[in-house]
Amino acid sequence: MDKVMTTPEPTGERIRSYLKDGKRFDGRNLLGFRRITIDKDVSKKAEGSVRVKIGKTEVVVGVKLDVSVPYADSPNKGNLMVTAEMLPLSSQRFESGPPKFDAIELGRVTDRGIRESKFIELEKLCIKEGEKVWTVFIDVYSINDDGNLMDAATIGAIAALKIAKIPKYDEESGKVLYGELSEMDVPLSDSMPIAVSVHKVGDSLIVDPTRQEEDLSECRVTLTNHDGAISSLQKSESKELEIEEMKKIFDISEEVSRKILKEIENNLK
Amino acid sequence: MSEKFKRSDGRAIDELRPVEARVGVVPNADGSAMYRSGDTIAIAAVYGPKKMHPQHQQDPSRGQLRCDYNMLSFSVSERIKPGKNRRAMEISEITKWALEPVLLLDKYPNQVIDVFIDIIQADAGTRCAGINAASLALAHAGVPMKNMVSSIAVGKLDKTLVVDLTKEEEDYEEGEGPTDIPISMTHDGKITHMQLDGKINAEQLKEAVDLAKGACEKIYEIQKKALKDAVDFGGEEK
Repeated sequence: MDKVMTTPEPTGERIRSYLKDGKRFDGRNLLGFRRITIDKDVSKKAEGSVRVKIGKTEVVVGVKLDVSVPYADSPNKGNLMVTAEMLPLSSQRFESGPPKFDAIELGRVTDRGIRESKFIELEKLCIKEGEKVWTVFIDVYSINDDGNLMDAATIGAIAALKIAKIPKYDEESGKVLYGELSEMDVPLSDSMPIAVSVHKVGDSLIVDPTRQEEDLSECRVTLTNHDGAISSLQKSESKELEIEEMKKIFDISEEVSRKILKEIENNLK
Repeated sequence: MSEKFKRSDGRAIDELRPVEARVGVVPNADGSAMYRSGDTIAIAAVYGPKKMHPQHQQDPSRGQLRCDYNMLSFSVSERIKPGKNRRAMEISEITKWALEPVLLLDKYPNQVIDVFIDIIQADAGTRCAGINAASLALAHAGVPMKNMVSSIAVGKLDKTLVVDLTKEEEDYEEGEGPTDIPISMTHDGKITHMQLDGKINAEQLKEAVDLAKGACEKIYEIQKKALKDAVDFGGEEK
């Protein structure tokens, strides 16, 4: 939006010409991901929390649980709510105030990836059908934006879910005893959903853009891979894609997601 | 693909619902259209190009497209609270992205084209119906366009790909369940919008894209006809 705070055109031209030769400023190849690190338990009050870094990009993600009434169309299932905030602290570009569209989309795309992959076994979060179920809140906050907050958000969400414990619940008083965690994990399926965003910069397709690169992205396709299948997809921005390009993106996301999955598993050991 | 798959309304897997398209449904607007697919009805109205207000949002290098997608409160079984929700905000933006590539916005510095889409009645596929109506309304308004945009929801029910899902099909519960894949394309086959919810492997997703291409060609013909029908050339019938 704000033309002042974007990658200057001479730098942009250089990035595009590098990409044409299959190179990037930081030495990665076009489908190379930056190093991912995950720190656990960054906030004790959350039922599960992590800090995820992808290069210089950093997000913190917390999971909170509460008991609430189920939705009418899923009386025997727990609820899931994912929200994302782009904190003003994390970039000169983000402002205080009601969430802008980018933050809303970040939350919604993350939500759909997790929901559609059925990673959380929501039917196991039912306490009393039609009356009481657990609601899982996943909140994503940016701490430093150096591109690709989108993929970082999903990595953070699954990692926080993996380590989250359900708090104790006093059935009689109907109160959640926060701070007294049970030994119960959040019921999760074995295969983790991994979001991979493929960006079109000039004529090149790349993954995990830095902020500078992401400024030049004309089109982003975020796919969530899970168990050898794609469970959600969103094409963002106006640039149109040839059918063959889109098909290539499906394959790229699958290949890259396998590498990320391995790295996350190593991190969570 | 299983040939025996029976759809609840008896349609062939690549068959659209009965479609009705008409332009000029909102006389006040510079361009307008209605697009109905089965029980899903969308209307769209275009105002502009006109000076952008507020002034600080003007872009001296190019014109802007603003889209506003909205479901009427009574368009679904359980009343929707009027006003902006996150889903509507996202679909508004998605619609803008779907249409922008065909517009010559650089010819309209400091101007804006407003597109309003309202869903009167919903039976799945509302964003696609909205995009089809909006594309028609833009053409009807005489906004210079490189192409039309046509939109369709491809679905996978268990293992079978079908086009133009109804709500009943969206809630399909057997086997692998439903996968919903709305796709929008220009007439020369470029993808301007694509989303997916569900579960599908990459190979079958490629098939889904090809299936969308075929469906969009049919919708394009319907859109073209709606525009031609509205033109009175003033000539006598021979």
